[in-house]
Amino acid sequence: MPQGSSYSTIIDGKPRDMCCPGCLAVAETIVNSGLDTYYKHRTENAYSPDISSNELSDALLLELSLFDEASVQESFVVTTENSAEATLVIEGITCAACVWLLENHIKNISGVEKVHVNLTNHRARITWNTESSKLSTILAEIYRIGYQAHPYHPDKEEQLLEQETKRATRRLGIAGIGMMQTMMMAVALYGGALQGIENQYVTFIRWASLVIATPVVLYAARPFFQAAVRDLKTRHLTMDVPVSIAIGGAYLASIWATVTNSGDVYFDSVTMFTFFLLIGRFLEMKARHRTGRAGNSLLNLLPASAIRMIDGEEQLISASDVKVGDLVLIKPGHIIPADGYIVNGSSSVDESALTGEYLPIRKENGENVVGGTINVENPITIKITQVGNETQLSAIVRLLERAQEDKPQVAKLADKVASYFVAAVLITASVVGIGWWLVEPAHAFWITLSVLVVTCPCALSLATPTALTAATGTLRQNGLLITRGHVLESLAGATHIVFDKTGTLTQGNLSLQEVIPLSSESILDCEHLAAALEQHSEHPIAKAFHDRFGALQADDIRTELGQGIEGTIQGTRYRIGKPEYAASICQQTQPDVPQTSGQWLLLCSESHALAWFRLNDQIRPEAQETIYRLQQLGLRCQMLTGDSSSAVEEVASELYIDTAISGVSPADKLNHVKALQEEGAQVIMVGDGINDIPVLAGAQTSIAMGSATDLAKTNADAVLIAHDLLRLVDGIILARKTRQVIRQNLGWSLFYNLLALPLAAFGFIAPYMAALGMSASSLVVVGNAMRLSRLPKLRPLKAKQAKVNPGS
Amino acid sequence: MDIIYLLIPIAIILAGCGIWAFFWSVNTGQYEDLESPAHSILYDDDDDLIPDDAKPTNKAQDD
Repeated sequence: MPQGSSYSTIIDGKPRDMCCPGCLAVAETIVNSGLDTYYKHRTENAYSPDISSNELSDALLLELSLFDEASVQESFVVTTENSAEATLVIEGITCAACVWLLENHIKNISGVEKVHVNLTNHRARITWNTESSKLSTILAEIYRIGYQAHPYHPDKEEQLLEQETKRATRRLGIAGIGMMQTMMMAVALYGGALQGIENQYVTFIRWASLVIATPVVLYAARPFFQAAVRDLKTRHLTMDVPVSIAIGGAYLASIWATVTNSGDVYFDSVTMFTFFLLIGRFLEMKARHRTGRAGNSLLNLLPASAIRMIDGEEQLISASDVKVGDLVLIKPGHIIPADGYIVNGSSSVDESALTGEYLPIRKENGENVVGGTINVENPITIKITQVGNETQLSAIVRLLERAQEDKPQVAKLADKVASYFVAAVLITASVVGIGWWLVEPAHAFWITLSVLVVTCPCALSLATPTALTAATGTLRQNGLLITRGHVLESLAGATHIVFDKTGTLTQGNLSLQEVIPLSSESILDCEHLAAALEQHSEHPIAKAFHDRFGALQADDIRTELGQGIEGTIQGTRYRIGKPEYAASICQQTQPDVPQTSGQWLLLCSESHALAWFRLNDQIRPEAQETIYRLQQLGLRCQMLTGDSSSAVEEVASELYIDTAISGVSPADKLNHVKALQEEGAQVIMVGDGINDIPVLAGAQTSIAMGSATDLAKTNADAVLIAHDLLRLVDGIILARKTRQVIRQNLGWSLFYNLLALPLAAFGFIAPYMAALGMSASSLVVVGNAMRLSRLPKLRPLKAKQAKVNPGS
Repeated sequence: MDIIYLLIPIAIILAGCGIWAFFWSVNTGQYEDLESPAHSILYDDDDDLIPDDAKPTNKAQDD
C-alpha cells in the first residue's frame, strides 16, 4: 500500500485505504453485495484490477456482448432447452477466499442456476437460465469484482492430461484397496505358517488373494509393463524392466503355487510394491500437470473481437473471422488481431509480448504491425496480410517446436544404475537357478524365485522418485514450481545460467524513481498533477503514476505522439513529456536534464517548469545478490537481450554479469545457447517473453518468471512463481542436495540387495522375511528423501561481499 | 474356521463395491479440486441461519 493514498472505502465498519480507483471500485462492489466477509477470509492479497471505475467501460461491455452470439458460444457452451452451461477460465484467483467470493457473487446474479469454481485449475463451471440471463452479464459481473474470465476451450493435449490424471487416480485406488485386502490375507497365512493351519484353509486364502491381486497386476501395474516393453524394443534398459520382471515373475509364480498347491505365494509383495511405485509416479505426474490451466494460452493473447471497416462503416466481428485483405480499425488499448501494415494513422505499438521490451515502438503509415501486440496511442487502420498459422506469433511457436525436438537429453542416474542392475540380477538368478538344479532340482524353482523377489528393486526404484518428489514439494512451497521430471537433475549439473534482461533481471515496467521539484510546489502536488495528465493514457509511462490517479481531474487532454500529454487542471494548462515538448508551453528555456541515467520527464505549467520525473526500469532488488551467490556456486552468469540500448551495459556492470550480449533476435538467442551446449555446457535459461520461448525450449533447463506469458510458462521446465530470483539459488542448492540423497539411496538399496542376495541364494529366506526386508529398506529410502523437505539456509552475506566484484 | 468361506467372499464383494464407488467419484470429478472445499467450511457466511439468541452478544459487555 503506497503512502498518502487518497482512496478509501468502509469495510467491516472501518475506513480502509486503497491503492487505486480500480481497487476502490472492486471493494465497493464487494461490500455493496454483502460479501465483505471475503476480506476476513482471504489469505493472499488480490492483484490490482484492470478496471478503473465502478461502471465498466462501454467498449468492454460491447466486447463482452460478442459472447452472447450463438456462433461464438458454439465452441464452449452446452445448451439444453432453456439453460446453458459453460466453463470459463478465471484470471486473478489467489486463494480459497477468491473462490468463495466468485461463487457467492455469481450465484446472486438473477438467472444463474449453478456455479462451481475450482481453485486448483482456476476454472468456473456456470449453469444459467438462457431466458432470464445472458453470458455477457455474468462475464461483466466477474470483471466488476476484479477478475477476468475467458471461455475455456480445452485443446487435445489438455483433454489427454485430464484423462491421464483420472486413469492414474483409478490405478492408485485399485492398487491401494487391493494391497489392503491381500495384506489382510497374508497376515492369516503368515500366522498360519507359524502356528499351524489346515491345508484347506491355506488353499482357500491363496485363491482369494489371487482374485484380489489379479486386477492390481493387470490394471494398476499396466503402465510399468507397457514402459518395459517399449524400452526393450528400443534396446534400452530402464527401471521399468526389473520392476516388470519382479511384478510379473512373482505374480506368475504365485499363480503356479496356488494352482499346484506348492511353494510360496507373494501376492502381498506384488500388490504392495505396485502401490508404492504408483504413489511415486502419481506425485510426479501431479507436479508435472500443475501448470495445466494455460493450455489455450496462444488464443488468449489474440483478441476476441476486431472492428472491420467496410465502406467506411465499422463492424464488430469475432477476431477469428478476420481475413487477409480486410481493413481493421484498432483503437488505442486494443490488441492487433493479425499481422498487417498500417494504411491510415500512426501510433506506437507495445510489442512487449513478442520482444519483452516494455517501451512501445513508434509505427508510421505503411509500417508492419504484428498480431498479438497492443496499439498504444492513436487509432490506426491496418490492412491484414497474414492470419492464423502464417502470423509471426505462430512462427515463434514453430521455432519452439523445432527447439524442443533438438533439446539435449539429460542422462538419468537411476536409469544408468538400472541397466547394470537388471543385467546383474538376471545373471545371478540364472546362476543360482542352474546351481540349485544341479544340487537339488526340487528346490531350484522356489529359491530362484525368492532371489528375484528379494532383489526386487523396490527400494532402488523408489530411491529417485521419493527424493525428487520431496524436493519438488519443498521448492513449490518456496515459490519455484518444477514441471518436468529432469529439472532437479539438470539444475544440479548446470554450468551456465543465462538470463533475459527485461522482466527477468529487471522489473519489466517503468516505475517512478525520483522527483526533483523545480519551483515551490511540493513533490506530492507535482505527482498529483502528473498523474491527472497521465490517467487517460494507455502508454506504459502512465502506469508509473498508477498509485496517484484520481486525486485531480484533467480536462481537454491532447496527446502528442511520442512527445507527451497536454491538459487543463483547475484552469491551468499543463504539459508533461519530453523536455523540449513540455518546456515549449511556458516559453522558457528548457532546464538542464539531470545527469542520472533513466528516462526524464518534465512537467510544466503555462508560467514555469514544475518538476523533473525520473522513470526507469528498475533492476530487481535481489538480482545482485542472486548473481553473486550463483557465481559462488560455480555457475557462469550470462545475459542475452533483444534490447540494444545503453541500459544493457549498465545492468551488466551493476550486477557483475560475466557476459552480456545485446540486440539479439529469438533465433540468435537459441543459436547462442546451442553453441554453448555444443561446447559441453549445461545451460539454465531464465526468461519471460514470447521471444524467449524458443531459447527456453532449447536449453537443458528453462525457468520462466511467474509474470511471464502463459505460453512461456507452459513451455518452461520450471516457473518462478515467487517473483524472487533468490529462489533460483535455493533451487540449485537443493538440487545438488537431492543428487546427493539420490546417490545415498541408490547406494543403500544396492547394499541391501547385495546383502540379501546370498542369503536368498542359499535358501535362507522365507517369503515374509523377503516382504519385511523390502518394506524396511523402502522405509529407509523414504526417510532419507524426507530430509529434502526443508530448504538449506542461505548464509547471510556480509554487506561488503555483495558489493565487491567477485571477479576482481 | 469354516466361517471364512463366507466372510472372505463378503470381504471381496465389499472391496468390489469400494472400487466401484471410487471409480464413480474419480469419473465425476470429485478429486479435481482438493483445496477449496477444505476452506469453505470455515467461512462464516451463515449469519442468517444462526438463531438470534444463540448469537454471541458483544453488546452485553458494552452495556
